[in-house]
Amino acid sequence: MSTTTSPGEKNILVSIEGLSFRYPDSQRPAVKDVSLEIGEGEVVLLAGQSGCGKSTLLRCVNGLIPHMYPGDYRGSVSVGGLKVAETPMSMLSQRVGLLFQNPENQIFMFSVERDVAFGLQNLSVPREEMRSRVDEAMRLLGVSDLALRAPHELSDGQKQRTALAGVMAMRPRLIILDEPTSLLDPKTALEVVSLIERLNRELGITFIVVEHRLELLIPIADRLVVMDGGSKVMDGVPRDVLADARVEAYGVSVPPISRLYNALSKEGVRLPKVPETPEEMAEELNGL
Amino acid sequence: MTALSDVSLTVAKGETIAIVGENGAGKTTLVRHANGLLKPTKGSVLVDGVDTRKTTTATLSRKVGIAFQNPDHQLFSESVESEVSFALRNFGFAEDLVSRRLDWALNFFGLEQYRKSSPLVLSGGEKKRLTLACILAWDPDVVVLDEPTVGQDSIQKEKLAQIFRMLKSTGKTIIIVSHDVEFLWPIQPRLVVMSSGKVVADGEISKIMADRGLLEAARVTQPQLLRLYSELRSRPPSPFLDVDDARDWVSGSRARQEAR
Repeated sequence: MSTTTSPGEKNILVSIEGLSFRYPDSQRPAVKDVSLEIGEGEVVLLAGQSGCGKSTLLRCVNGLIPHMYPGDYRGSVSVGGLKVAETPMSMLSQRVGLLFQNPENQIFMFSVERDVAFGLQNLSVPREEMRSRVDEAMRLLGVSDLALRAPHELSDGQKQRTALAGVMAMRPRLIILDEPTSLLDPKTALEVVSLIERLNRELGITFIVVEHRLELLIPIADRLVVMDGGSKVMDGVPRDVLADARVEAYGVSVPPISRLYNALSKEGVRLPKVPETPEEMAEELNGL
Repeated sequence: MTALSDVSLTVAKGETIAIVGENGAGKTTLVRHANGLLKPTKGSVLVDGVDTRKTTTATLSRKVGIAFQNPDHQLFSESVESEVSFALRNFGFAEDLVSRRLDWALNFFGLEQYRKSSPLVLSGGEKKRLTLACILAWDPDVVVLDEPTVGQDSIQKEKLAQIFRMLKSTGKTIIIVSHDVEFLWPIQPRLVVMSSGKVVADGEISKIMADRGLLEAARVTQPQLLRLYSELRSRPPSPFLDVDDARDWVSGSRARQEAR
């Protein structure tokens, strides 16, 4: 897959330039003049209050906008050098995978392996290749033993892994996750987070993740982008963005540790390092 | 398969309890017994002294409002306003009361602009708020919320926390099922931990959350402020309840240090 390279930097996988989008029944644009570049292999968290334009932006990246949702579309989005607006969905779906919040909206076949194969079947991938890609994806997500089980027999964590295996079978370079852990118990959520980390580190897959429970994903994220009123308002390393007092006003669920850091800074207590975890915070405080 | 096995639990009037535990532990199944939506195959459930097997869900619902985890299982009307007024009319509220309660609920939950819209066009977080609006509009004595914070941003979560304080101060009995330990911790509810259909712990949240072995088994993680507290070399006698609490202690202990 082709990617554009600027000298001395990593390959740009997603390039959004001056993007605005307004739904036909709405007065104001849902996304307003957003420019954003995402490098190959980055894990980007997208945050902001309900209605800030996160979902619309994601739809512009995976092509649902403008292919399925009509509206006033300005600017451009490209993924791996392909202009999203000019590329058919069937082609985009092989580059950009999407995992919904609720795996039940995504897995519906009679068995896990049929579910994992569903996307490939739609693309009429030859039988042999389908078999090997499905097996590979199931192995990767640790659901091979469940291949013949019906989705309703699975635990929620297994359902989420099955849905992710279906996405992986398409071999996308980019996976978009819309609140992937919100329905999961904390431990299962952590397991999904470490899966994301593994797919990123071992296969170099790029992730854009929308999640309100930031504390789970911050440890694996390279970047935190905050949106408000359709615009991109903050963009940086999670540590720095969370240490900026404005972030709370944008409706981002800032983890308690980051809120404590900000509250202490306000009181004049400056910690040498911005902590990301309670353990890091304790180390800083024990050293005061 | 038995979803619940030999569960005994008493909730006092006006109490706030939170139920946590792994996916599939039986939390949702348990709370669906509160309004008779599910009736026990063995044992019994009493609500305000009434056996749920001897009455109807319709009667019990007046007393017990349940907001489901998945709003799509609950919302069915053609507009947001008819969704909220549906139960009110069913319970026989007078029309002027229906309209006042409707206005209050839509306003309180920030749904006023969607009054005439179909619930289907709302975002996940908005649908979730609509289910809460529907229930609080008829003012039940017992409020059961299944995963209320899912899909809610910090502003909405703060609003939810306010709603809890308000409900608590008006003497409501509140039952919350949630994975969101960061949300639950400052509320300091009585905590019930479930695992494989059983209640495995029941008591003060600060005691239970300190028991790492128990949490591990129930697939629950410790809240950040408790993790911080347990790693501190010098610390106050009891854990920080919220960020302000922790800030005050840290800046206070700094001041004491400087004074020395």
